[in-house]
Amino acid sequence: MTGEHPAVRLRGVVKRFGDSTAVAGVDLDVGHGEFFTLLGPSGSGKTTLLRMIAGFELPDEGLIELAGVDATAVPANARDVNTVFQDYALFPHMDVISNVGYGLMVAKVPRNERKKRSEAALDMVRLTGFESRKPAQLSGGQRQRVALARAIVNEPEVLLLDEPLGALDLKLRQEMQVELKDIQRRVGITFIYVTHDQEEALTMSDRVAVMDGGRIQQVDTPFRIYERPASEFVAGFIGVSNLLERDGRQVTVRPEKVHLVTDGETPPAGAHVEAGTVTEVVYLGMVTRYIVALDAGGNVTALRQNVETQDEDTVGLRGRRVQVAWLPEQAYEISSAG
Amino acid sequence: MRRSGLARAGLWMWVAGVLLFLFVPIITIVLFSFDASKIETWPIRSWTTHWYSVAFHDAQVRSSFLLSIKAATLATLIALLLGSLAAFGVHRARFFGRDSISLLLILPLALPGIITGVALNSAFQYVGIPLSLWTIVIGHATFCIVVVYNNVVARLRRTSSTLLEASADLGATGLQTLRYITLPTIATALVSGALLAFALSFDEVIVTTFTAGAQNTLPIWIFGAIRLGQQLPEVNAVVAFVLIIMFIPILIAARLTGSENVVRSAEPSRRT
Repeated sequence: MTGEHPAVRLRGVVKRFGDSTAVAGVDLDVGHGEFFTLLGPSGSGKTTLLRMIAGFELPDEGLIELAGVDATAVPANARDVNTVFQDYALFPHMDVISNVGYGLMVAKVPRNERKKRSEAALDMVRLTGFESRKPAQLSGGQRQRVALARAIVNEPEVLLLDEPLGALDLKLRQEMQVELKDIQRRVGITFIYVTHDQEEALTMSDRVAVMDGGRIQQVDTPFRIYERPASEFVAGFIGVSNLLERDGRQVTVRPEKVHLVTDGETPPAGAHVEAGTVTEVVYLGMVTRYIVALDAGGNVTALRQNVETQDEDTVGLRGRRVQVAWLPEQAYEISSAG
Repeated sequence: MRRSGLARAGLWMWVAGVLLFLFVPIITIVLFSFDASKIETWPIRSWTTHWYSVAFHDAQVRSSFLLSIKAATLATLIALLLGSLAAFGVHRARFFGRDSISLLLILPLALPGIITGVALNSAFQYVGIPLSLWTIVIGHATFCIVVVYNNVVARLRRTSSTLLEASADLGATGLQTLRYITLPTIATALVSGALLAFALSFDEVIVTTFTAGAQNTLPIWIFGAIRLGQQLPEVNAVVAFVLIIMFIPILIAARLTGSENVVRSAEPSRRT
């Protein structure tokens, strides 16, 4: 591994399908051992970008470098990159161990070593004992693990994951998120992960690239993506955000940073305070969501943890006059372009 | 859904009636092939395997049987090669006129045999190719290709294209992908297509009459023997024998196409 070059470097990458442009000029560096997520709505170009790194699509313009070597025109089977497909793409006529060992077999790795490494990979995804099952005899979560083992057994420079948890139910998905992150730490392979699920992106990634319209809108740590969204699109796509126009400037503030101040309460010191009327109250169990129409214009959503909430504090607040307050440093001005 | 007992019984009787309609003639022939009498009368009074012995030692039956086997084997081999290549081409490539080519490939099966036969016959005469085993093979290949093509194309359509991408992604060359992924995936489709093609070629009469020279294939011999009416019990024995020979590959083909469920259930359910 070369330390000075990033694992993946993209420069001015463009991909068009007929009249539509799927990827409209992307520059990106992904470091070694990084868990990097491409996040965006469907049609944002994230999967196309991944497929170009894998070598399934060739860019119309631009440069793709893997570990400092130009790989723009290198075919998929000659790239040191492996993919976990959204539909897993397990070979239906092969059992689990042959699926996992496929990459080693075509690389003519001796049988003994192949067996040892395949078993170790299966062990890593906790599927020991399933060696002779066929893919059709596995559950969705197990197939997902086989697909993962089949990819990491080759010890690639970069592992590409195309919405690998998309077909799993919520509980299994959350378990696999933790497990994926854990596996990535242990093997130390660069992961490039494509998802449209912002929670997934925030939980697992070292860095997140938010994509829209074939362009990268922002590349940052999960914390900064959430706390310092660079554009209206990012603010709206990651979590729920309040967008207000004050003095001709776009300001955003997250609902959980907005304090709801009812009669007899005092707003926090130094906070920006506005008056308004509660138009909607939604009780969500752990939290209650209040929507407040502000006198100065616009709506603001405030979240309140239900620590000592009484029944009349929730639905009873509807239609009441309240104040909302947030600390100035919790509100950010954003550019409306995006 | 609940059905009354009467409706159920009616349904069963209907099914039984259809099956009888289909199979009584065939069973009759098999029974009469064991009839000792030269004139077919019911009920059969004495039983014999004499006609099988006669058929077995009949030089004409032997040579025509051999010719049929040769023609069917060669036509099937050609169909396997050309049919699967055509299926790959139509499935993988996107080009202008692709749908028309797909239709043209299937057309020979729908075309009446008499048209195929006459057309081939005049084409051979025009070019000056003497009628022989090979002209029979070419004639049979026209519709055998379709059977293989249809089978393979249907299988390819149901196979996820990401399988090939996954294979390449894991480092396989094009040849390795063909050997380890593509061929195993379409293997049962190839076998069932080949068996059906063989069966189709083996009992073909119409195209064969126009493409065979002086030689007889087995169906042609049977056709002639029935018209002459001198060897009816022997014909029965030959037909019964052919029936058994044909039944085995068709059964295998049916089993193979039935076992596709395994392949199908491993396919993706959704894509964004």
